[in-house]
Formats: sequence, C-alpha cells, structure tokens
Amino acid sequence: MPGGKERELKRRIASIGSTKKITRAMELIAATRVVKAMQRADAARPYARQITSVIENLAAGGASVDHPLLREADDVKRVGFIVMAGDRGLAGAFNSNPIRAAERQLMAHQTEGKDYVLFCVGKKPAAYFRFRNYRVDHAYDGFTADPTYEDARRIADEVADAFISGEVDEVELIYTEFVSMGTQRVSVRRFLPLEDTSVMAEVGGGSAEATASYEFEPSPEAVLESLLPRYIEARLFGALLDNAASEHANRQRAMKSATDNAEELITKLSREMNAARQASITTEIMEIVGGAEALGSGAGDELDVASLLAEIAGTDGALAPAAATLANTHPSPES
Amino acid sequence: MFDVQVVSPETVSYTGQAEMVVARTVDGGDIAFQTGHVPFIGALAVWSVDVIKDVATDDRDTFAVHRGFVQVSGDEVTILSDVSESKDAIDVARAEAARDRAQAALQADGDDAEAAAALHRAELRLRVATGETASH
Repeated sequence: MPGGKERELKRRIASIGSTKKITRAMELIAATRVVKAMQRADAARPYARQITSVIENLAAGGASVDHPLLREADDVKRVGFIVMAGDRGLAGAFNSNPIRAAERQLMAHQTEGKDYVLFCVGKKPAAYFRFRNYRVDHAYDGFTADPTYEDARRIADEVADAFISGEVDEVELIYTEFVSMGTQRVSVRRFLPLEDTSVMAEVGGGSAEATASYEFEPSPEAVLESLLPRYIEARLFGALLDNAASEHANRQRAMKSATDNAEELITKLSREMNAARQASITTEIMEIVGGAEALGSGAGDELDVASLLAEIAGTDGALAPAAATLANTHPSPES
Repeated sequence: MFDVQVVSPETVSYTGQAEMVVARTVDGGDIAFQTGHVPFIGALAVWSVDVIKDVATDDRDTFAVHRGFVQVSGDEVTILSDVSESKDAIDVARAEAARDRAQAALQADGDDAEAAAALHRAELRLRVATGETASH
C-alpha cells in the first residue's frame, strides 16, 4: 500500500531523533565531567610528589628497607590483579580494554602455574569475570566516576593486607591511564611489592640526588613504616582519578560519534522517505489520469484532462508540481 | 619567613608564609621550626600544627592534623596529611557529640583503643576550634 513505507520511515526517523537527543546530552555531561576529573587529578599531584620526595630523602638518609610491603617473594604462587574500569557502559572501549588486558595477564600467569586473586574496581570488570566463572574475591563499585580518597584507602588497605598476610605474593594494577584528552591507554604495572626506595624516587620524577642530609623523627625506619601505606594509597588514588578522567573522556568520544551517526542516519532516511513520498504521489496521479482517459474513451466523449489536472493542482498543494508537468503533456482539447 | 604548604591527597589545602611552625612528632614532643632549621622529616602525632605568621602579634593559623608528615627543607615547610582540618572547617557540635560518644564507650570498656583514639581526635578538634594555643 502506498504510504506504508513512508509511515514506517517516519517512525524510524523519530525514534533515531530521540536517541540522538540522549546521546547528545550524555556527550555534554561527559564533557563537563572530564574537565572536572582532570582538575581533580591535577590537584592530587602535589601530595603524590611530596610523598615521593620524602621517600627519596629517606632512601638517601639510609633508612633500612626491610618492610613487608617491599619484600620480594622468592617463589610467586599467587598474583593479585587490581582491575579498574567503570560502573556504566556507553563509553566506547573504556571497559573492555582493561578487562581484556587483565584477562590476558591472568591467563599468562595461569599457564605458569600461578593462582590469581581478583580485585575488581567498578561493576563492569566484576560482572565480566563472574560471568566467565573466575573467582572474584574483592569487588568495589559505585564510585569509579568520581572517586574519593576514602575509596582509595579502602582498596589499598585490603590489597596491602592480602599482600602482607601472604594471600598474594605480587600485585598488578591494570587501569586506563589518562595521557591527554585525545589519548588514554591501558597500563599494566606492578603494584606490590614496591620497588626499592631509590627506584621509587626516580620513577616518581624526583631528582635522584637528595643533597641535604635530613634529620628524622622518631627514626628513618619509623617514618618509612608509616609512610609506605600512605604511599600505596596515594598511588591507588592517582590511578582511580586517572581512570575516572579516562572514563569521561571515552564516554564523551563514544557519545559524540553516536550523535554523528544518528545525524547521518536521519539524513539518509529522510531522503529515502522523500523519494517514497514522491513515488506514491506520481503513482496516484498516473492512476487518476489513466482512469480519466479510460472513462473518456469509453463514453466517446473527450474528457477535459487539462481542467481535471488543474483542479487537482488547486486542491492538493503537494500534487501541484506533478499535475503541472502532466498538464503540459495533455493540452486541453480546444487548443 | 617560611613558605608553608598543607597538602592533602585531594588538593593543596593551604599555602602561606610564616615565621615559625610548631608541630608535634610521634614520640618526639613539640618541635618548632624557624628559618634555617636543618632539613627535617618527621611523622606527626595526632595533634595540632600552628603556622605562626607573626610571632610578635601571635597571628597564627591552627590545623588539627590526625596523621601525617612534616618535611622541612631550606625555607619550605610541607605538611602532608590525609586528614587535616583548619579551624574554620571544624564542626564543633559534631566534635562534641563525638567526644561524648567516645567517653561513654570508654566508660563501658576502659580498654577500647578505638574509643580512646576517637576521644583524642574529638578533643583535638575542639581544642583547635575554640582557639586555645598549643601551650598546655
């Protein structure tokens, strides 16, 4: 039936239009959030830098480095994985990339005969690993888009406890590093045991030569003792903030291309709909003209096709151009 | 004059200049820093940190620091703490409620270390909020 296809297309265009509105809104929200998340990550940097600088000075001051968090296991039996991603989807490959990287690591360790312990941060990694029948021993969610230091501390405490108690002999951290608005990449790093303090200082970007000799109170060892847990928290917090900024940046990009695609689809469907409408109009006119001619020849009486067409043109605006063209090919009998 | 920074994990919460900084280290007692102090790193006790901008007029900013570190080098003093509150940021009513709660808990169980720590923190908050100086 003519018009059916047209109606169908109209409905699809309307539905894509409302999807577009949603993706556009999500894009705008993500854009403001990514700016905020970047600012938070920047604001958190001085603390991490200062802690690193203290460690650097401790290393130079010759603090003995026999702390449980620094101890390398001779034989690694179990590896902990902190997998960071998001709670929500619609963020491009933001969730799947770190999850896949983690699974690869995990399988590589399994082939070496090592066991694993999963610390999933965000709903997505936990759901992924549970669905595939991995053991998820620790799961945290509800804060990946806007993490607080308290969240970092909770996770860091449990990870450090697992490490100190010997539940795991090594911990790897997998998260999405925020390099810039345009670039975020998955980073897989050793989290525990901590590197030697001198290495830490260099990795932290501090000048490796600490010139001044410091006084420590109560003692270098005691300071280090209470500093290392803070250092772990700060590192985890930094990763959480980077992860959050990456999530928003990815979502913004994904939603932008979704909006663009919707626009493109609407243009394409509108063209199709216009063509369908034009076709149905042409068919209708052809039917009228054909009918009129058949009537005219049947009665032996020449029917005034031109005036009929003029009438059509007058009553229906949409038919006017088509009727006018046809009128030219059917001159009125008088002329 | 010192450049003083109080740095929390989330942000730099205070920057300013001071003639003297008074803090208390774990097991070490109060320690005052003035310009020219030897480079120093200390673990801080649950206590206040006084940033004295002008010794003569006793113009000072006081912070309640629940744990953290102090690093002194050259003319810079950095307080690193994941829980530090300035005088204005302390909710007196809440601190009082916390103190009463902790006292009640201690009365019920004298060995409750958590309650003792909570009491200590609440008293520190109240002391900082009411503006008493570090002398005691």
